[in-house]
Amino acid sequence: MNKSPECYHCGEQCETVITIDDKHFCCEGCKQVYLLLNETNLCSYYDLDKNPGIKAKGKFTSERFGYLDDAELQKKIVQFSSDTQTNVTFELPQMHCSSCIFLLENLHKINEGVISSRANFQRKEVFISFNPQKISLRKVVELLAFIGYEPSITLEKSSSRQSPKARVNRRQLYRIGVAGFCFSNIMMLSFPEYFSAGNIGDGLKNFFPWIIFGLSLPVLLFSASDFFVSGFKGLRQKYVNIDAPIALAIIVTYGRSYYEIISGTGAGYLDSGTGIVFFMLVGRWFQNKTYDVLSFERDYRSYFPLGVTVKQKDLTEKNIPVTDLQKGNTIIIRNEDIVPADAILKKGTAYIDYSFVNGENTPVTIRSGELIYAGGKQTGPAIELEVVNEVSQSYITELWNNSIFRKQKQGDESFIHPWSRFFTISLFSVAIAAVIFWWFVNPANIWPALTSVLIVACPCSLLLSATFTFGNMVRIFGKNKLYLKNAGIIESLATVDTIVFDKTGTMTEPNKVDFRYFGKNLSDREKSWLQQVSNQSSHPLSRLMAATLHVQQAAADNITGFREHSGKGLEAVIDDTTVLVGSDEIVHLKSEVKHDENKGSKVNVQIGNDYKGYFLVSNHYREGLAETIAGLRKAGYHLCVLSGDNDSEKENLQSIFGITADYKFKQMPQDKLNYIKHLQSKNHKVLMIGDGLNDAGALMQADAGIAVNNNHTQFTPACDAILDGSRVTDIDKFLRFAKSGKKIVTGSFILSIIYNIVGLSFAVSAQLSPMVAAILMPASSISIVLFVTLMSNISGAGKKL
Amino acid sequence: MSVLFILIGISMMVAGTFLVAFLWSVFTGQYDDDYTPSVRMLFDNDLKEMNQSNK
Repeated sequence: MNKSPECYHCGEQCETVITIDDKHFCCEGCKQVYLLLNETNLCSYYDLDKNPGIKAKGKFTSERFGYLDDAELQKKIVQFSSDTQTNVTFELPQMHCSSCIFLLENLHKINEGVISSRANFQRKEVFISFNPQKISLRKVVELLAFIGYEPSITLEKSSSRQSPKARVNRRQLYRIGVAGFCFSNIMMLSFPEYFSAGNIGDGLKNFFPWIIFGLSLPVLLFSASDFFVSGFKGLRQKYVNIDAPIALAIIVTYGRSYYEIISGTGAGYLDSGTGIVFFMLVGRWFQNKTYDVLSFERDYRSYFPLGVTVKQKDLTEKNIPVTDLQKGNTIIIRNEDIVPADAILKKGTAYIDYSFVNGENTPVTIRSGELIYAGGKQTGPAIELEVVNEVSQSYITELWNNSIFRKQKQGDESFIHPWSRFFTISLFSVAIAAVIFWWFVNPANIWPALTSVLIVACPCSLLLSATFTFGNMVRIFGKNKLYLKNAGIIESLATVDTIVFDKTGTMTEPNKVDFRYFGKNLSDREKSWLQQVSNQSSHPLSRLMAATLHVQQAAADNITGFREHSGKGLEAVIDDTTVLVGSDEIVHLKSEVKHDENKGSKVNVQIGNDYKGYFLVSNHYREGLAETIAGLRKAGYHLCVLSGDNDSEKENLQSIFGITADYKFKQMPQDKLNYIKHLQSKNHKVLMIGDGLNDAGALMQADAGIAVNNNHTQFTPACDAILDGSRVTDIDKFLRFAKSGKKIVTGSFILSIIYNIVGLSFAVSAQLSPMVAAILMPASSISIVLFVTLMSNISGAGKKL
Repeated sequence: MSVLFILIGISMMVAGTFLVAFLWSVFTGQYDDDYTPSVRMLFDNDLKEMNQSNK
């Protein structure tokens, strides 16, 4: 078989080649996009990256975005609107290369109604401003969809337009900038004091401290304010968090320094004081690395469409927001549309893809009168449905009415907090001991000794070691495609003792199924027939069959009388022989040979009057899964498997997980959540690994919830971490790495305690000079940062991460 | 030695300029997206148009 050329636009292998300008295209859609770009001189698109295009999905019905003409809905999407300009930001999950940026920023060349457009690659967003008199919002969306970047316009996007992330990030940068400026200048201005041995002129000697005084104010009032706020909040709840002792140390340092400067008795410790603030802010910023593209807070709203077409009583169609959908409404769902509420099929045949709900990739065929659950995606011609449940009361969305989604997940107390409390208590004991000592020996030293103790023994090294260790680990995890919501998750991962797996989509490979044949042997000729027949149909199972059958030579027999029976199968006549492929019904299967389970994924074959056998579609477990599970079992984790399916796979699973694991089948979303609760009530720390919307409750309830994402554009439910599907088998390494994090932090604590003992020995003797403080403070901070970064990198490399 | 007063004043002003420049760059959103601009600058907008005018 000749290798067919690659499509110039999307790079896919062409089945039927359309050639124009010496360039090959796999379909009419791709060609159309090329022609459009050619016309508008945007063909640099193809020069920047090879085959950058996204396969055109063919003609989409123009009514699909009809709801965007609705003024009320428009208001929810656009950011700014006037007579001549409308601004809007879209999320485009398909954005993947530099060509995409080029094309999206040149929309104004394609349609003059677009004023300007700006892409943000990391957030996968494009900001478009257009002239509403020349082009409507709907036309803009249709243009984007046409060139392959269909915006995801969802319920969630409309309710919160701007992400607060960017604002928080900016505020952090302002604080670091100001603190860095003040710290470095104070350091410079402090040198004369340290090295002059007192013989600088009187004027200068009075001048320096006052400049330092002025420079330190913005750090105290602006940069350090978070520590005060957080520490105070903790105290009000009668709880000493790590910020409280830091706030105290800052106050004492500044208080004593200001007293010395105002009374003219010394230069103070402001260089150290601003330095710790700067280092701690950098630590926090380092730790709070966020993944812009990923969202950890999603619920069904970010997946469901904003509008839906309703067929009214007088048979006219109208677009309404899905939230206004009521029981009894008749809705029209087109190809690739998502069913927003539980509904009964009234007209047409539905091929519903529930992959978002349960991770199952093969579409399910549903016949008239049967129920379709919310969250399914239609793949095929338009269908009509009657709504039986409102959006918020549907099978899958009901889960979000559970109280678990309303309360903030209360993470376990970090092991750093007990440390910091211990630290604070010992610090006060040392201080009191010093006071008592000097009370008897030399009362004049009480005050200097007390303040020095508090200044030098700032718990900043505690904070720094934790923030830098976990911050660096978040990066290492990220490099290995496990994206954590925040650094606190590492500690949760380190403490789990029970791991609960979802089956479909998590342990099994999506887009990859075992398509096995059971029955009488098929001759090559018969195989070739089957392939040709299945080639005629676009049903997912037919496509799967055509792709699986290995035929020696592609013969072209004369196929007559090809008929596709919706929801049942295919019928064709080849060389006077009738070939039947499909469900039990089409082959009139007698009950004794009926296979009772996996009805939707079984394909019968009958050639002539001879029933040959059937193909069975079953899940394909990920490569290397067995080894990973074996490793986890050896490490002593208690394993559980939850599945929404029946127990037909139980034997397969037992060969991987062993008999000691728990198996639960036919689990409803709520059951999964309850099961996690049940485990937790027995004092287990639970890690849940799942992928679909039906796992959302369990992910939320678990001590740590990891959502598996099988392709980057796909939706993931609310969770603590997102794991790329290809790395599921590395979970044992991730867990071991998380555990090593705690050891590294403990090690760095010991290091910082040694520094503190050195510092304190100066302090209690009331001899802490500003210079010693100024050397000790950055030296300890920097060495701790280096230590933890190095250690976590070594530890990661040791685990092949 | 009194020249130091002036020098310190100048140095503070220079340093202050950099601080203001940094704050301004954050304010105008230059740190919001640290990837796209690096790609954007490589686009040769008029590549095709130039080729055509040369013909």
